[in-house]
Amino acid sequence: MASLWFWVVAVMVATYVVLDGFDLGAGAIYLLAAKTNEERRRVLRAIGPVWDGNEVWLLAAGGVLYFAFPQLYASSFSGFYLPLMIVLWLLMLRAVGIEFRAHIESVVWQDFFDTIFSVSSILLAVFFGAALGNVVRGVPLDASGYFFEPLWTNFKLGPQTGILDWYTVLTGVIGLVTLTAHGSYYVALKTDEDLGRRARGIALLCWPVQFFLTCSSLVATYFIRPEIMVNYGKHAIGILVPIVVFASLAVMLWANPKGKEKLAFVASSLYITFMLVGAAFALYPVVLPARNHRYDLTIYNTAAGVHGLSVGLVWWALGATLALGYFVFVYRMFRGKVQLGEGHY
Amino acid sequence: MDSVLLVHRLQFAFTATFHYLFPQLTMGLALLIVVLKTIGLRRNDPAYHEAARFWGKIFGINFVLGVVTGIPMEFQFGTNWSIFSRFAGGVIGQTLAMEGMFAFFLESAFLGLFLYGEKRLRPKAHWLSAVAVFVGSWLSGYFIIATDAFLQHPVGYFTAADGSLQLASFWDFVLNPWAGWQYAHNMCGAAITGAFIMTAVGAFYLLSGKWTAHARIFVKAGVIAGCVFSVLQIFPTGDGQGKMVTDLQPVTLAAMEGLFQGQSAAPLLIVGQPNEQQGKIDNPIQVPGMLSVLTYRRWNANVRGLDAFPKQDWPGNIPLLYYSYHIMVGLGTIFVAVMVVALFLLWRGRLFNARWMLWILMLAAPFPYIANTAGWMTAELGRQPWLVYGLMRTEEGYSKVVSAGNGMFTLLGFMGMYMVLGILGLFLLRREIEHGPVAGPATEAK
Repeated sequence: MASLWFWVVAVMVATYVVLDGFDLGAGAIYLLAAKTNEERRRVLRAIGPVWDGNEVWLLAAGGVLYFAFPQLYASSFSGFYLPLMIVLWLLMLRAVGIEFRAHIESVVWQDFFDTIFSVSSILLAVFFGAALGNVVRGVPLDASGYFFEPLWTNFKLGPQTGILDWYTVLTGVIGLVTLTAHGSYYVALKTDEDLGRRARGIALLCWPVQFFLTCSSLVATYFIRPEIMVNYGKHAIGILVPIVVFASLAVMLWANPKGKEKLAFVASSLYITFMLVGAAFALYPVVLPARNHRYDLTIYNTAAGVHGLSVGLVWWALGATLALGYFVFVYRMFRGKVQLGEGHY
Repeated sequence: MDSVLLVHRLQFAFTATFHYLFPQLTMGLALLIVVLKTIGLRRNDPAYHEAARFWGKIFGINFVLGVVTGIPMEFQFGTNWSIFSRFAGGVIGQTLAMEGMFAFFLESAFLGLFLYGEKRLRPKAHWLSAVAVFVGSWLSGYFIIATDAFLQHPVGYFTAADGSLQLASFWDFVLNPWAGWQYAHNMCGAAITGAFIMTAVGAFYLLSGKWTAHARIFVKAGVIAGCVFSVLQIFPTGDGQGKMVTDLQPVTLAAMEGLFQGQSAAPLLIVGQPNEQQGKIDNPIQVPGMLSVLTYRRWNANVRGLDAFPKQDWPGNIPLLYYSYHIMVGLGTIFVAVMVVALFLLWRGRLFNARWMLWILMLAAPFPYIANTAGWMTAELGRQPWLVYGLMRTEEGYSKVVSAGNGMFTLLGFMGMYMVLGILGLFLLRREIEHGPVAGPATEAK
């Protein structure tokens, strides 16, 4: 039962990163790719009707995590206190940047909110990458089941780690580059002319960096946490992860210059999903590794009671089906290249 | 109080209070927008559709602020109240996760369609998206109330071997009798805020002679809804909630009412300052025997006072609890009076020319916010010293790993951030009101 919920949470997190990832990425390239007011409005139009729904996946994944693994929620959220609060503030700024920009027709007002939107998107992408890095690297949990990480210590992987060290900075940069490419494919898919061309160009520049960082992150992860290979050794199906990751990278490289934006976007989504699923697969059944493995948090010592988890399956299945329905409907309503002229943004 | 606990409590209280300024309006407006859209559709009257579009814009601004200030609420259960989350997460995780799965997805998906899809959708489909937003926001309210109801009156749980609470009966937990009354009372409060704001904007337009056709719709819809919900707020929902407190949290009732000594034929205090040191009320104005009638329906019923309970179980801040409760009840009574007079004038066809009444309706706008805030303060201060009533004290629940310094850092951060958000929100709302219901959205103007 707990295993099932482990994968439910993993899939919800991956869904969040794939969906909100493209609008974060669109924010990251926003100032570079969209030069005129009209182009900026096109980018906002492309993400406007969906970004809020995408972000709900973060809330929903958080809620389900709380419900299924309350002890994990308690330990990790209090331990990552400072970075989580900063993430909250960035999410606020970003939402305000997107939604309040269009209310006033003034260059000053719009430039201000454009910058807020773009900078907060970039920082969020870095933080999410670093967050994953922290989880993979492990945190200084002790016998109480709690820990507290300052933002940084000495950037080394000692016993008292900080949120930022060389490894998590590396994963943070991967987060940024991956989501920048992801957002560029999305913008290329939803717009045309100069804007679409520039987005494709940025994605093209991202590719070698993304490829190089993917390889180095695999090496670095093996270096700091050799145990990640255990599950891959045990279950042959794990080999799918590197295959899909590198195959999607290849597809991105091939599809982007040919103007097959949809294919490139799908490949990028697969890349993100399998990077995350690969990490979850390597960690399972650990949910938050401790620097000292005796104190690892696992699905067994953090899950809620069995009755609660069984009841949850019923409503979760219903809720997820409904949510899927809304998403298909909304994305169909707003499909195709964006047109300016009606509505907001 | 120990300073770490104080910082955690202040941060939660501050972020929750600020957050709830937005959902109370959006939940109230969601209902009224459905009413406007329905009338517009049935009478085929464009003015009602324009009215709905105008309130949709007001809704949109408040919705954004409600969402961004709401995310910290879910996070803070883990960040600031981790011991509590570990203790009770096995139960309240249910409703918090369901809120995401059922309410947030629905609301966010259809709000985009409602705000930006009016031209793409057929009128019926656009109406349906308004209904979906309404259902989503009211569902969201229920899940939060059910969560709070568990803290006020825990049911449907068992204590596991490791000491944590786990779900025993889903339906007992979700259909907590406390949640029923609290939900009804709370949603009436939200509808009152929506109705008073709609009325106030209409009154402002009528007084300044602008958009009078739309303004009449606003005032009419607002006054009718305001009257209905102000009455429901007192009876039966307020009365039901009060009886529940009487039965299940008698010490809270004594503190709310300022009843230091238990007595039969207990009086109802209207005004007076609680003097905790001397255990009495200064300068009391009271109605004899009334409290006994309200609580037990008998003139001579004995109502237990604070003296019947050990001091360590008294709510921690009795004066603030007492004032919150009295402000809520006082304002609620005034709302009924104002709205009944306004409805009478509306019925006689004199309201739109009665400038004195329009002035009152316009100036009444901030008071539902105060009443709703005071109501929530009554509920949450009244629950003290318990975090989960009878099971966990507030001082036991906060994150021991987060120091007072880190807590203060984020509390100040939230204060700064929310001040900016508040100013921005007011500024944009003022602009929308200035633009009026029939000017196109800013982006269409060019």
